[in-house]
Amino acid sequence: MNRFAELLDRLVLTPSRNGKLTLLTDYFRSVEDPDRGLALAAITGDLTIAAVKPAMLRALVMERMDPVLFGYSYDYVGDLAETVSLVWPQSPADVANHEPTLAEVVAKLQAASRSDGPKVLARLLDSASISARFAIIKLVTGGLRIGVSARLAKQALADLGKVDVAEIEELWHGLTPPYAELFAWLEGKADKPEKTALALFRPVMLSNPIGDGDLEKLDPADYAAEWKWDGIRVQAVSEGGVRRLYSRTGDDVSGAFPDLAEAMNFSATLDGELLVGDPLRATGTFSDLQQRLNRKSVTPKIQQQYPAFMRCYDVLQIGDEDLRAHTFRERRGRLEAFVQTLDPSRFDLSPLVEFTDWQALEELRRKPLHPVIEGVMLKRWDSPYLTGRPKGPWFKWKRDPHTIDAVLMYAQRGHGKRSSFYSDYTFGVWSGPEGSEELVPVGKAYFGFTDEELRQIDKYVRDNTIERFGPVRSVRADRGQGLVMEVAFEGLNRSTRHKSGVAMRFPRISRLRWDKPAAEADRIETLQALLDT
Amino acid sequence: MRASDLLHPRPEGLYCPPGDFFIDPVRPVSRALITHGHSDHARSGHRSVLATQQTLDIMGLRYGEGFAGTTQAAALGEAIALNGVTVTFHPAGHVLGSAQIEVVHQGSCIVASGDYKRQRDATCEPFEPVKCDVFITEATFGLPVFRHPPDTEEITRLLKSTAQFPERAHLVGAYALGKAQRVMRLLRDAGYDRPIYIHGALAKLSDYYQSQGIELGTLEPATVESSRKEDFTGAIVVGPPSAFADRWARRFPDPISCFASGWMRIRQRAKQGGVELPLIVSDHADWDELTATIRETGAGEIWVTHGREEALVRWCELEGIAARPLHLVGYEDEGD
Repeated sequence: MNRFAELLDRLVLTPSRNGKLTLLTDYFRSVEDPDRGLALAAITGDLTIAAVKPAMLRALVMERMDPVLFGYSYDYVGDLAETVSLVWPQSPADVANHEPTLAEVVAKLQAASRSDGPKVLARLLDSASISARFAIIKLVTGGLRIGVSARLAKQALADLGKVDVAEIEELWHGLTPPYAELFAWLEGKADKPEKTALALFRPVMLSNPIGDGDLEKLDPADYAAEWKWDGIRVQAVSEGGVRRLYSRTGDDVSGAFPDLAEAMNFSATLDGELLVGDPLRATGTFSDLQQRLNRKSVTPKIQQQYPAFMRCYDVLQIGDEDLRAHTFRERRGRLEAFVQTLDPSRFDLSPLVEFTDWQALEELRRKPLHPVIEGVMLKRWDSPYLTGRPKGPWFKWKRDPHTIDAVLMYAQRGHGKRSSFYSDYTFGVWSGPEGSEELVPVGKAYFGFTDEELRQIDKYVRDNTIERFGPVRSVRADRGQGLVMEVAFEGLNRSTRHKSGVAMRFPRISRLRWDKPAAEADRIETLQALLDT
Repeated sequence: MRASDLLHPRPEGLYCPPGDFFIDPVRPVSRALITHGHSDHARSGHRSVLATQQTLDIMGLRYGEGFAGTTQAAALGEAIALNGVTVTFHPAGHVLGSAQIEVVHQGSCIVASGDYKRQRDATCEPFEPVKCDVFITEATFGLPVFRHPPDTEEITRLLKSTAQFPERAHLVGAYALGKAQRVMRLLRDAGYDRPIYIHGALAKLSDYYQSQGIELGTLEPATVESSRKEDFTGAIVVGPPSAFADRWARRFPDPISCFASGWMRIRQRAKQGGVELPLIVSDHADWDELTATIRETGAGEIWVTHGREEALVRWCELEGIAARPLHLVGYEDEGD
């Protein structure tokens, strides 16, 4: 249990992806079955343990210590799980000679009935160290919140076994904790596990952005063009009565889209974009789609207001026939016929965009006919469906980003190589009536600049600090003085969480406007106008 | 006599009227008794200073030889009479030279702990419990959430991380007096024998520790003049925490920032400070040490100072021990 607890403690404070991967692979390499598999399941969210409510946890600790002292402690720490893990009284007699393993902890929690759950939890906390107590509480209260996605955990497994992460994603939904056969394969002690489960994920094909000079080398006749839809990439797999919707990284998102899953009365694997609205009449924007994202379950009202549908652009399998080796032209033909047979309110076909040369396509790309289009896709007519991001067959050619001139308001220190640099910037635009304008923060960005520019901004931040809060500095920003940054972003969503009422998608610093007076930066109305289009 | 007539707070610090002296005064006074060398306790400019020889040496290193009019060294355990009041210095286990001060007058005995800890520390004399009527305890970590793990476990985690990330430098933030040397000594005791790189602010004090027979092994300055960035690959670098936010830290390859402090017990503190590897190593007593020490002194009355007084006062109430906060100004309760 202590090794798992230590892993969680390190992961939560390690900001870099590579650092997290090292910690995870080291853990998987050094810890034995079944502990490592249970840890993996806890991280990917595939471990089922009956939840304990925070109120119950609080009641347990109150039986054991003075409520006033608990109150002082909780006020200071601010996090219930952490407070309880620290203040839990432990008598020397409790400290067992044997620290419980993760497997023992999980077995006891899973075997506990609703009524004796709290008692079982209390006994486990008695026998564990402080960090182990924290980990146990995290397991039972749900949600580790350690900044590690299932995708990253799978990448660590791939690193461990020196295999492609696509192979893990493909197997994943046929495996169950503690994944002993998976680890055995990754360590070269057994054959690759057989794919026996139904409706497994097939790793998706990804595109490369069109770079400078790429187009000149390509023949327009070799490529089909489609609109690039601003939804979420999904794979719909229906096989032998099992229906699943997967995200592009193989996470099962079926639970959030029961309306769409309901209509998957076919036997095939389709690739496409998940959008909301009515495909026959009006497609919703990304803001509308957000109403359906990141939900474990979804109310009938929301389903009715924002119905989900899938705009299909590829087919990987029909019945028992695997189509991935066929050319895009052949698959497209099969797809067009297949979509005809599906519920038209839930599935439609992503249309091809007719064009003769790159210039003509460029015109179309710049003036898309719907706000939910964010560019065009180019797909080679003769390309098979390949896993990963092969260079050549698929390109994305995005609409140019929006830009806005904003003023730097706060800067935060980075991590690792950037730990002594103020490298994360919060910027704002002007709001309020003339004569009493105020800056309102509209976003945060931490890349887009060169190392040299980073050094210059860092110096500016240090020279113009007006207040410090831990690693954050508030920078002088008023009508008379401030650093103007041109910020590029892909889109704008309404936000109730931000004072400005807007949230940028994928913001980055595109240019430093040392020349521009702060008072001439943009106003909030400029952004609001973008929202309304 | 009433205890509060023997010692009570004044703006300058804790004052003893019959003995006419202050303990750890924050402003210049005529006669000062100093518990240890940390700068919020040991200030310059007093007319006369009574402290352990090591504390006097440390003050001399920090402030220069003329830091006080006259100085007198107190040997541990030696009773010294000051205007009819008997004072005795006892080891406090906080940093090198640190002492508690026992004040006895007309049958009444008060012990001012200064800062103290109970965990074993190879760089200073261990704390010695002294029976007394009133015990003045610090309360830097006076909340039940503060429970320091054994320091050896923390050092093991640091060494494990250096093995996991051999391409990165580990920057360990540690206060220049006491903590830094303790961390270095712990590394040596754990078998780490590579040179340890230190920030310039640590040099004089670390040399002094070595001159007092505390082996810290090979220490090298973490300067760029004599070395290139790659030279610090896989190195352990120790410096004051403030240096790591500074441009100074840029000379190291992709550093992992570590901080050795009791505050690192609280995850949010580590997170806010951008600390990737918190090391819970403290020179102050944790909650269990505070409560155990209060019991051991047998004191009938506890005065609680700098830190989280309310929780410790509450604990004393529950135990049936008279206790009250002693409001002294000018000490940084954050230092660890």
